[in-house]
Amino acid sequence: MALSNSGFVKITSPHTHGGNTTSRIMLLVILATVPGIIALTYFFGWGTLINIVLASFTALACEALILKIRKRPISFFLKDNSALLTAVLLGIALPPLAPWWVTVVAVSFAMIFAKHLYGGLGNNPFNPAMVGYALVLISFPVQMTTNWTVPYFMSGAETIPFTNSLSVIFSGTAGLSDAFTGATPLDTYKHLAKNETAVEILQNPLFSSDVAGAASGGSASNWFAGGWEFVNIAFLLGGLALLALRIFTWHIPLSLLAALGTCSVIFGWDADLYVPWSLHIFTGATMLGAFFIATDPVTASTTPLGKIIYGAGIGILIFVIRTWGAYPDAVAFAVLLMNFAAPLIDTYTQPRTYGHEKAKRGMPAKLDTSTTDSTSKEG
Amino acid sequence: MQPITLHSFSGGIHPQENKHQSTQTPITVLPLPSQLIVPVGQHIGAPADVIVAVGNRVLKGQLIAQPKGFVSAAIHAPTSGKIVAIEQRELPHSSGLQGTCVIIDSDGQDTWLEEIANGSRAIADYLEADNEVLINRIRDCGITGLGGAGFPTSVKMAVNGKNIETLIINGAECEPYITADDKLMQERALETMRGIQILLKLTAANHCLIGIEDNKPAAIKAMKEALHQVHGEHFINVVSIPTKYPSGGEKQLIEILTGKEVPSGGIPAEIGIVCQNVGTCEAVYRAVAEGKPLISRITTITGESIEQPQNVEVLIGTPVKHLLDFAGFKQEKSLFQKFWHSIGAGSDNSAASAAKPRIIMGGPMMGFTLSSDELPILKSSNCILAPSQKELPANDVASACIRCGLCTEACPADLLPQQLYWFSKSGELDKAEQHNIADCIECGACSYVCPSQIPLVQYYRHTKGAIKEERAAQDKSNRSKIRFEARQDRLDREAAEKEAKRQARAAAAEKAQAAKKAAAAKAAEEAAKNGDANPDESSPAQAAVKPEPVDLDKLQKQLDAAQAGLKKSMDKVAELKAAAAAEKNGDTEAPIEAPIENMEVFEKAVATRRDKVKLLALQLAEAKKSAPVVKKEITRDDIEKKLRAQQDRIDKTKQRFELAQEQGSETLPALQKGLDKQMQKLKELEEELAQFDKAGA
Repeated sequence: MALSNSGFVKITSPHTHGGNTTSRIMLLVILATVPGIIALTYFFGWGTLINIVLASFTALACEALILKIRKRPISFFLKDNSALLTAVLLGIALPPLAPWWVTVVAVSFAMIFAKHLYGGLGNNPFNPAMVGYALVLISFPVQMTTNWTVPYFMSGAETIPFTNSLSVIFSGTAGLSDAFTGATPLDTYKHLAKNETAVEILQNPLFSSDVAGAASGGSASNWFAGGWEFVNIAFLLGGLALLALRIFTWHIPLSLLAALGTCSVIFGWDADLYVPWSLHIFTGATMLGAFFIATDPVTASTTPLGKIIYGAGIGILIFVIRTWGAYPDAVAFAVLLMNFAAPLIDTYTQPRTYGHEKAKRGMPAKLDTSTTDSTSKEG
Repeated sequence: MQPITLHSFSGGIHPQENKHQSTQTPITVLPLPSQLIVPVGQHIGAPADVIVAVGNRVLKGQLIAQPKGFVSAAIHAPTSGKIVAIEQRELPHSSGLQGTCVIIDSDGQDTWLEEIANGSRAIADYLEADNEVLINRIRDCGITGLGGAGFPTSVKMAVNGKNIETLIINGAECEPYITADDKLMQERALETMRGIQILLKLTAANHCLIGIEDNKPAAIKAMKEALHQVHGEHFINVVSIPTKYPSGGEKQLIEILTGKEVPSGGIPAEIGIVCQNVGTCEAVYRAVAEGKPLISRITTITGESIEQPQNVEVLIGTPVKHLLDFAGFKQEKSLFQKFWHSIGAGSDNSAASAAKPRIIMGGPMMGFTLSSDELPILKSSNCILAPSQKELPANDVASACIRCGLCTEACPADLLPQQLYWFSKSGELDKAEQHNIADCIECGACSYVCPSQIPLVQYYRHTKGAIKEERAAQDKSNRSKIRFEARQDRLDREAAEKEAKRQARAAAAEKAQAAKKAAAAKAAEEAAKNGDANPDESSPAQAAVKPEPVDLDKLQKQLDAAQAGLKKSMDKVAELKAAAAAEKNGDTEAPIEAPIENMEVFEKAVATRRDKVKLLALQLAEAKKSAPVVKKEITRDDIEKKLRAQQDRIDKTKQRFELAQEQGSETLPALQKGLDKQMQKLKELEEELAQFDKAGA
């Protein structure tokens, strides 16, 4: 056995790896959205699935295009599933019957502007999916707010048929979707609360278990939020699975839900005026936001304490925007606003390192030499 | 002893242990290699000084290099044989560092040094022995920490004056694959326990905790039995700790067993703790009770490329190749080779297509790859790991950091590895320091969990090095700055002193001038008075000068000379006075040109000279008065001569002026001024001439 000296592998420690990969993490997150997607489809029809498929193709195409322009290895980056995850989240977030071009605009803006112009995966300061969502929400408010489908039990025990969904999304066929679209429970409650008491509001079919029970063929079921509660519970389950798999930590989702819940309990004591806490927690994009959007590690705070502050900030902002803002839901803006704050939060929430009396926080103290250097340069 | 409350350290990981492969057989003694390579710098501190020469015969256990300085360790011959070379060779080190090695050709006899063989060096009643004797023995036997870093044990145990409360014995062995300590505790528990007793005596600690991970039940059992045998239950406790990497890190083990943290940048002794590895304890026992120096250790040889993974007792300095050959190293074939063989295309000898073997010294988490199998086993080499490609695949190409924070959760030091990574990547050393990169123990847990397969530890090592370098450069520039500023201060001070002296001189001169003038005036006055009222006084002088025609010019010259002399003397006195004043002010650096004692002499001289000046002034005045004024006839020729000379001068100046004008010289204005003056003079002379003519006419 003659081994020449140069014939040995020289690499540094550690020599072993846990086997976790970015693509696995992304894939698990995508898989964890499946229960939520099923719930959405069950209650609101095929629109969400069509959106997701359309968004996925758009995202992969944009990612490949930009990688080519940026002269990056295309398959290496496409394999990481990050583009797919952004597409799935956007597909879920957009209204089920939103016109196709809304989806395409949102996804391509998310991929090209929010992600790659900042340097691609890992370098984007803002959650790409939420940037895309915010863009279309501001630019196309009509398409974004009127294309929410109503749950099947309100439209005659049936959701909008698949083919009809396709033609609504792709050719904007008028009339086909009228019976199936409407406002979301959050929006409905907020608007009704201006004139009606809580008791009256709850007479609305969206909240009325009687109507729902009757519509679904007599079996009494106690749905208080027009099917949204199941969607949220499904996303909660997916999120808990990710938590169990240690894809992310409890800090952000818990602090987000706690802050949102606390705010809605404190302010929502009078259900005649404010949306009750149960609707805040179990309708809209709350669980999706708490477990799938706010936990995007790239744009979130990364220190343990920072995550709690970050999550709580999002929770409070969601409540504020939902209650006093003009938009039907608030997750996107809340997340984006906290994205701005994340680097600052990280700077001031360093944990205490082993062997240190207390945590070092803030920016490093500038050395005197650097200031003298700069002045001498000026001189 | 009361039951121990276990604590937990943050983070940590659970990599596959892979320890069973090497624990199936008892520890075997490795056959003698034909040649040993013994580096003299195997420990932390100064390399030992070689005290043997090429050609010397040495016996097993003979000292071949003695410690140099306080933190150093002795090196002994691991077997008997002949020194064939003492030279610089590559050391088994992550950096490929070189160091002095003593190369010994084994004579195959393995003959012990007489004193060791006959047991005369053994300290039988070691628990009664003097601490100093024990520590000296430990130092003489070259005992260093066997756990990894290789810190000289005698230095660590010299805890005089420090209040050590707890002795912690590290039997955690948390690195995957390594079982050297496990097997040691199983097979040599009693020796290890006795070594612990010696260390406990040396530290005078109240109690001792032996931390062993709970994945080593046999070792725990053996150690408990040994503890019972030596009746040490009152002070010593064998503690089973949960298996979690890196529980065997000194800081982490201390935290687990005591809940205390070693201060950043400090040592455990600061919190009353001393930590030793179990292997070191056994070596201490051998040194003290048997008089044997540290010339061998137990090393695990394992990995899928090894046919018989096991633990061997190996001599320090044994080439790794000897160990690999003994345990059966299968060199892996590359996929290409496998394919080639499978289609029966014959053998290939090209080294290029062979899969490169990977030999790791240490474990998979913190070990380093060897660049050659010719490198020797050191006192701190606890494992040789030869994995297959499949077993420990090299990392994929790193992908982007997504700040998932898994590293933060894994970090046992509560650092923010992902932040450190970004700072390292962008070279923001100040931020990396702010985020306590210095507290990174390089355990590799962050890299292990990183989904992007980023070689994080490598980044941190680099950044630590860069910070060190920057600090060294900063120190250097600070020192230069201080030196420069001190020099500048000194120069400024000297210049100020010179200036002060000059001013003092100038002031003195002025005073002297004034005094002289006053004196002259007074003298003249007196002379005048004397001339009128008291002619007797001046008569001798008059008498003396009278016979000759009084030469006014000569007298004038004498007076001038005397005045110059007086001025000089007065200057001297002023200078001395200034120096004396400076000295009074405490400024000793002012150079004293003449001793202060000479002051009187100079003052006397001034007095004499002043007298002389007075006298001469008197004579001059007298002479002027008495001598008939000889008015020199000014002829027209004289004036014309002067006029011509002046003309010449002006011509010359004009030439220079023109030249300067051509060259655009800076002296132009000065020349212009000079020319103007000369022209003025010429005019005056012409006027004089005209007046003369007028008068004459």
